[in-house]
This record gives sequence, structure tokens and C-alpha cells, in this order.
Amino acid sequence: MSTATAPAPAPAEKKKDKPHQSDRAVAENKLGMKLVAPALIVMLFVTAFPMLQALWLSLSNYALTAPDDRSFVGAQNYVTALSDPLFWRTMLVTVGIMVVTVFFELVIGFVFALVMHRVVFARGIIRTSILIPYGIITVVSGFAWQFAFSGTNGFVNYWLPFVEDNFNWFGEQFPALFAICVSEIWKTTPFMSLLLLAGLAQVSEDMVEAAKVDGATWWQRLWKVILPNMRAAIMVAILFRALDAFRIFDNIFVMTAGAVNTESVSFLTYRQVIEQFQIGMGSALSVLLFLSVLVIAFLIVKLFRVDLAAARQEG
Amino acid sequence: MGNSPLRKAGIAVGALLILTWCLLPVAWIISLSFKSQESITNGNPGFLPGDGTFAGWDNYVAAWDNEQFRRAIFNSIGISLIATVLSVIIATLAAYAIARLEFKGKKLVLTTALAIAMFPVVSLVGPLFDMWRAIGLYDTWAGLVIPYMSFTLPLAIWTLSAFFREIPWEMEQAAQVDGATSWQAFRKVIVPLAAPGVFTAAILTFFFAWNDFVFGISLTSTEAARPIPASLSFFVGADPFNRPASLLAAGAVIATIPIIVIVLVFQRKIVAGLTSGAVKG
Repeated sequence: MSTATAPAPAPAEKKKDKPHQSDRAVAENKLGMKLVAPALIVMLFVTAFPMLQALWLSLSNYALTAPDDRSFVGAQNYVTALSDPLFWRTMLVTVGIMVVTVFFELVIGFVFALVMHRVVFARGIIRTSILIPYGIITVVSGFAWQFAFSGTNGFVNYWLPFVEDNFNWFGEQFPALFAICVSEIWKTTPFMSLLLLAGLAQVSEDMVEAAKVDGATWWQRLWKVILPNMRAAIMVAILFRALDAFRIFDNIFVMTAGAVNTESVSFLTYRQVIEQFQIGMGSALSVLLFLSVLVIAFLIVKLFRVDLAAARQEG
Repeated sequence: MGNSPLRKAGIAVGALLILTWCLLPVAWIISLSFKSQESITNGNPGFLPGDGTFAGWDNYVAAWDNEQFRRAIFNSIGISLIATVLSVIIATLAAYAIARLEFKGKKLVLTTALAIAMFPVVSLVGPLFDMWRAIGLYDTWAGLVIPYMSFTLPLAIWTLSAFFREIPWEMEQAAQVDGATSWQAFRKVIVPLAAPGVFTAAILTFFFAWNDFVFGISLTSTEAARPIPASLSFFVGADPFNRPASLLAAGAVIATIPIIVIVLVFQRKIVAGLTSGAVKG
């Protein structure tokens, strides 16, 4: 797949300062297309094509347990899903997890970024350790926290003063969701703080100094100078993390397996397809999940006026 | 606050907080992996193994003796490495074109990459499950390598095109003036200069593939291709409330070692790649 793009005759591809379509521009255009073709094909083969197939499958009544009963049912799967309280409950849980985790990640991540920006000693150690939660497998993080919260083998109950020693965090919806959010926040805050650190590094020191000379307090400098100037970085971080959090699956699978009403939309979709072989219904949920992500992305971009050009570094 | 001692103390406390945040759960899972299995069954609360519940290396030996676990480690290493190499090669070509050439469809590639970076992975599980079974990719290495490639390409392309923009391109022109073809100029001059960026992209791709769980559990059914996160979650049956925690912890620590080694060795590069890929304006 990768060898197909070597342009052996290689006509000179060169600068683009000529306004008219010279031979060079044509050749450059060709070479450019050749070089991006494999990437585009691989990306679309696994996403666009299956998504179109899901769209098609979602319109049929198709279960692997009874493949011969397959029939075209139109929008029936969507009607069933959207009129089922289960779907709306998982949606609520998912959005709740998304809002809570992104909020705490943003606040804690920003504090971490401020510290990392200013710290002079042990820089290497801090940056190395901040990468460990980022690199650790989510499943491992889920296990670590599940056992930490465990009443029989964990330590959280013993360390928290106002919690009974044998309290079962996974017996009820809210404590279980709390534990899931802790695992999620623990793992992804470092990533957030690195993104914010990059934004912080772009805020001009002179401007902060000038505000200081003018008598602005630390708090004023933070809100009036630093934060507005790293707006793009913050918004991009929120967008990325929110969409990532909306897809939450691993932690739920490991920590509660969807018990006590902790199912997310992703988990529900997975359960329909892989555990119950309801390809038709599962595909409908897949499409709904995809549409929800689009809507959330759209809302965040519109509400916060995220500069997407900054996200992909292109004007 | 200024540069007062108060402020210095604040930063020191903050640094300590970060270290605790990052390392406490890691210390916990390591500590857990040294608790004996009998004590876990009976209930052995607390952070450190108590009196008489220290198991030494028993859990590590037991985890490593497990045939499925060893297979899963092998699968994960193989699949992640193949996906990384292929993804980085393809992304390098694309990023070069994006950073350097004017061509139609540049916007399309960037938009596709951005869209895929935000794609809800689970929504592909159904269709891919169906497709892979139809074309025989279900439960094979290739069946995982292909989705890993497409989901790491966006990050790799961003990271690489950010690096490629910083390269002194006069050197390429100089090489061409000296008689090199464009292809030679690309291979002999630019590739060595871009190597650090390529490296970063490779590390991030490897992390993604190593971490993946959704594809790992849904597109495999046996140890023929099941990667380590999926294998860990299936380690002992379906009851999520009563697992042999210490054995799992030992397995988890083993599965984390490659990540820790990579982080320790390439810390600088990873930070640069993460920050340049996503927010650089």
C-alpha cells in the first residue's frame, strides 16, 4: 500500500509563486494527490464505507441469531430506539460524564499547566510522570480505580474520613459513576494539562509583565491577560476532550459492565451488536451515536466559536 | 504574589501534587500486585500488603505462566508495531504533501483527518464486525491493524505536518540545485531532518494501538489476535465484582512496562509531539 506512491519519474515539484497553471503546478498537484491518496483511502475505508453500510443495515431487521428473518423495516429501529427510555437514560449518563469530567480536567489541568510552566526544579521528573497516566492503558486505569474503590480490597474507604469502611461504591448509580469519572479524569487530565501548557507558552511574557507593572493583581492578570490570550488552546482542548469523553466505553466496561444504570451510549451500542448480535438495531444506535457526536461538535464549535483552523494549523 | 517565598512554596506544593496525582494509582496497582491471592479472596483492604499477605513475585509468575496472557502480549506488540510502521509511512507521505505542496483536495484530507479524530469508535464496531466476518479479517492481526492505522493517521498527519513546516526547506532546494531529483531531495535531505517528528508520530501511534480496547474486544474472539487490554478484561470470566485483583494487577503492571519504558526514554519527544500536533497556531 505504501510503495504505490513513489513517483519514479518525479517531475520537478517546486514553489508555488506562479499565478498561472504552469507545468510545474500541474505536476505538483499530481504529486500532492498521489502522496495523500493512501492516507485518504485507509481513513475512508474504515470509517466512511462502514458508516454507509451501518446506515443501510440500520434500516433492516437483522440479527445474527436469526439471519434468515432479515427484512427491510425502514425507520422502525430508530423509532424503537428513540422512544425507549433506556436510550435517553444512557444519553443522559453519557452527557453527564462528559460535562463533569471535562470540567474537572479543565480546572485541574490548568492548575497543573500553571505549575509546570513556572516550575524550575525537577522539570524532567514532572513531565515524565505526567505522561504515565496518559500512556497507561485505560483498562488498567479502570482496574486500578475499581480495586481502589473496592470495599473489600481497596484503600479509598479507609482514607476518606466520612465514608464507611465497607461502603460499596459500585452498588448504586451515583457512587459508581463517581468512581468511573475519577478513573477517566485521572487518566486524561495530564493530556489536557499538556495542551494547556502549550497554549500558556504562547502567551507573551511581556504582556503579563506590563499588566503587573500597571498594578494588576495575580487574579486579574490570570483572567484579563492570560486566559483570553490562550482562548484558542482552551477551546481546542475542550472540543477534543469533550468528544473523547462522549465516547466513554473502556472504563464503564471494566468497572461496572454497565450495571446500576451506568451504561453509556457507546456501551449500549456495543452490547446490542457484539453481545446480542442485533446488527440492525446496533447499526441504528451507531448512526445515532455518530449524529450525536456531530451535534456536540457543532454545538461546541458554534457556542465557543472554536477556531478550527488552529486545530489543524491551516488558514 | 511576585517572586516571594510564598509563591515558590505554592509551586513546590503544586509540583508535589502533580507527582502524587500521577504516581499514586501506579504505586497502588504495584502494591496490589504483591498482595497474595488468598488474602484478596478473604478481603485485604488497605494500600500496602498487610502482615502475612505479601506474595512476593507469585502473582507475576502466575500471570506469566498463563498461556493466553503471553499470547496477548505477543499479539499486542506485533499488531501495535505493524500498525505504527504502516501508519507512520503513509502519514509521512501525506504530511509532506500537506506541508509542502499546493494541490486540490488538501482541505478534504485535513477535514477528513479532523472528522476521524472525533469519530465515535464504537459506532464502527457493528459494521466492521459484519464486514470483517464477510471478508475473513475477523479475529486476525490484519483485522486490527487496519482500524488502528486509520484512527492513528489523523494524529500522525497533524504531528508530522507541524514538524515538516519547521524544516529549513532551502536545503531541499539546494539539493535540487546540486542535481538531485525531487524524490532524492525528499528521501536524502528531508527524511533525516524530519526523523524526530516521524519518531514522535510513531510513539503516539504505538500508544493508541497499545491502549485500544473497543476494537480489541469486538473484532477478535480467540487468542489468535486478542490484544492485551481485551485479554486483561477477560482474564477471569464475566463477574466484574469478584476478580482475583492481585493477579490482574500483576498482569496490568506487565502490560504497562513497555509504556513506562517508552515514556522514560522519549519523554521530551512525546511532549513536543502532543503539543505541536494539536494547538500550534
